[in-house]
Formats: sequence, structure tokens, C-alpha cells
Amino acid sequence: MNFRPTIVAFLCNWCAYTGADLAGTSRMRYAPNIRIIRVMCSGRIDPTFILTAFQQGADGVLICGCHPGDCHYQTGNYKCLRRFKLISKYIAQMGIEPERLKLEWISASEGKQFAELVNEMTKAILNVGPSKIKSTLEVKHLKS
Amino acid sequence: MPSDLPIPKPKLKLAIYWGAACGGCCVSVLDTHEKLLDIVAAADLVFWPIAMDIKYKDVEAFPDKSIDVTLFNGAVRNSENKRMAQVLRSKSKILVAYGACAYMGGIPGLANFHNRDEIFKRVYDETESTVNPEKIRPQTEYTVKEGKLDIPEMFNDVYTLNQVVEVDYFIPGCPPQSERLLEVFTAIATGAQLPPKGSVVGANEKTNCDECKRKKTDNKVIKKFYRPWEIQDDKETCFLEQGVICMGPATRGGCGVRCVTGNSPCRGCYGPPAAASDPGAKMMSAIGTMIDADSPEEIDKIIGTIVDPAGLFYRFSLPSSILGRKIIL
Repeated sequence: MNFRPTIVAFLCNWCAYTGADLAGTSRMRYAPNIRIIRVMCSGRIDPTFILTAFQQGADGVLICGCHPGDCHYQTGNYKCLRRFKLISKYIAQMGIEPERLKLEWISASEGKQFAELVNEMTKAILNVGPSKIKSTLEVKHLKS
Repeated sequence: MPSDLPIPKPKLKLAIYWGAACGGCCVSVLDTHEKLLDIVAAADLVFWPIAMDIKYKDVEAFPDKSIDVTLFNGAVRNSENKRMAQVLRSKSKILVAYGACAYMGGIPGLANFHNRDEIFKRVYDETESTVNPEKIRPQTEYTVKEGKLDIPEMFNDVYTLNQVVEVDYFIPGCPPQSERLLEVFTAIATGAQLPPKGSVVGANEKTNCDECKRKKTDNKVIKKFYRPWEIQDDKETCFLEQGVICMGPATRGGCGVRCVTGNSPCRGCYGPPAAASDPGAKMMSAIGTMIDADSPEEIDKIIGTIVDPAGLFYRFSLPSSILGRKIIL
């Protein structure tokens, strides 16, 4: 069992990133498998970011934003939710397991929930196994 | 009638070739109508399989860089396409990926939703009209008494031209609009300053919506998506605002918004605009802001009315998209 999943996490600045920060400052232990990318709002997460993460070898992508109604920019997290639903449907058609993409709401005070979420997702990805996306997609470019 | 195009001396050498293509791109060259006479006045066609009888070995005998411009249409699907792409690359000064298939994979690129085994199984075992109890599959080699025959090998994936050889310019479209071909050809024939290598030419930087004449508001809200036959188009309101998916927001302008002008939603054959790399991602992003629902259940219901997002958003661009193909284990 040498598989160590890599999970790319996009966290919004106002709630989720602060929540993750709280987990850190409270010295909570959680799986070291996530690579956090801070964005100003979950509504900023372009589908391109998610697809590129998968293409470049991420075993999972985690998106966290403010709880519904709490968005710093009013409606960014709803836009994120709609895009997430659409991309989920798309990646299912492309043969990517649904466990690999997850969206959760984390508030600034939910450090504990964040740590649990990361543990949970890491475990789920360990069960699905390494992503085959990168190896399949290394389009054997025929340029010689 | 005097020619509009100046005749360069010596005349340009022009080649047109097709890979995995339907022939429509070659017809778009003929669609220049009487201007075709100007083209042949300015250029000698040295290789054009749809119109001229010439063998591959004759092309291989050309000196390197002896063709001024090659318009390569069609995707790269088999070993024959690949070989000719390589031959034409070395024989041409300027290699143009002409049309959606050479540029992005096009309609043949939809085969990347399957792999070769699945396609062979369907075609040689399962189709309703197939009787093949011995499960015969095409072979790339066969020996007859006259000698060994070989046919091209079909690849597992469909490739864009740029994934196989270096490409100088891209002209999008399914097929490219003949007027835009003439513009590009005129630029080359007159020796005008050409854009940097790798540019998309014969198309705009901005999206189709930028040129579209239909009535649009800033606040698009969609409660349900309709397929075009499910709704009576009012012929003047933005298709998206009527709930019909139109690829306009994720598609480069340049065609003259021809489909929408003909009351049919844009399907995206001109590819993504300059500022976007992946048309489907761009479209998912745009639609995400239009869906008029906040609860997960209601969003699911609305998204459920988009029957086949992958096929719809990547109709012409699957091989060149970020994911490129379906993952089949």
C-alpha cells in the first residue's frame, strides 16, 4: 500500500480557508494529502481549474465555500454549486469516478469539520485507488 | 474579367489534403465559386486528392519545403493520415490546420468517447446488419499470391493535426467560411505580414454572441433546458434565454453567426474564443450562472434536462479539450 493520494483543494478566502486555518492553529491532525489553493470566492472556481487538476494527475478535487446564504459576495457559492453539479455530470460521462470530486460548505468556525472532511475524502480516494486520468490522457503525441 | 488577386511570380504552390474528414472542407474551397479561378491564377494546385489524380509517391518525391501552403483538413485517425501529415509537414513552408477536425478533432473526434476495441466490437459484431460469426476483424496486413497488401492501422485515439506535427496556422469552422479562406489566401498571395506562428486565422478573437443580432438581456435565467425541437423559437430572442443551449458564449466568431441567422443554435464549430482554452469548461461556467435555482434538488432537475453535456459542449473539440478522451480502463 504505497498509494498516497493527492487531493487539490480550492478553498474560498472568507469561510473555508479561514476554517482550514483554524484547524491548523488549533493543531488538529488531519491527512496530509491535500494541496490547498486559496481563491477569493468559490464562484471564482472555473471548470477549467478542476479539469486541469485532474489532467495533471490529481487523484481528487475538493471544493469548499461558505454555507448557502453566507457568501461574502452574496451568490458566488450558488454559482459554484450549479457548476459543480454540471461538471459532476460531465466527468461521469468521461469515466471519472464520482468520489474524486467533492463540494462541501465549511464556515470560518468549522476547523474540526474541515479536518474530518479531509480525512473522510482521503479515505474515500484510497478506496477508489489512484487516478488513471493522467496516464490515459498522456495522449501519446505522435510528434516524433 | 481581371483577377482581383495579384499574381505572385513565381506562382504559389498550393496543396489540399484530407485526413479523417467528410469532404466538406474541400467543398468549401470550391464554394469560393468564381474566385476559385483567381486562386488557380495565383497558385498552382500541386496536390488535391478530391480533384486531382496524383499518387502519394509523387508527393514524397517533391523537394522539401517546395509547397508554399498546405491546407490539411480532417483529424488524424489512422497511420495513413499520420504519414501524410508528416510528409506534408516536411514538404510545406506553411502548414494550415483547415477546419474543425484538423484544428480540434471535429466530429470524428467524438470517437474518443470510445476506444478502438469498443468501436470494432460495435461495427464488426453488434450492428443490426452485421453477420460475422467468425468475429473477423480488419487486419493491417494480408498476403495474397501477388504479394503482401497493407491497409492503414486505425489508432485507438483521434488526434488533432497539431498533436501529430507542428502546425503554422489554424482556420476553424465546419467547414470554414469560404470568404474567410479567401481573406487568408489573399494575405498569403499578396505577401502581407502574416500573424505569428500558431495563430488562429480567418476568425475573430471574440465570441459569436458579440456579433449575434438576437435580443439579449444581462440577466439570463433558465428554469428548464429545451432541445431545439421541443420549443417554438420566436426568431428574435437569444436562444439561451429561451432555454435552448447555444454554444455562442464559448465559440469564436467569424462564421457570421450563420446558424443563429438560420434560426438554429450555435454548435461551436469555430472553437473556443482566444481567451478560453476549453469550450466545454467555458460553457459549463456560463450555464452555471444562468440556472435559476439555488437548492441542490432543483438544480439537479434543471441539469437533468441537459441530456448529454459532454457530447453537446465538446461536439467539435473532444480531442483538443483538457480531458481529451473518455477514460476507459
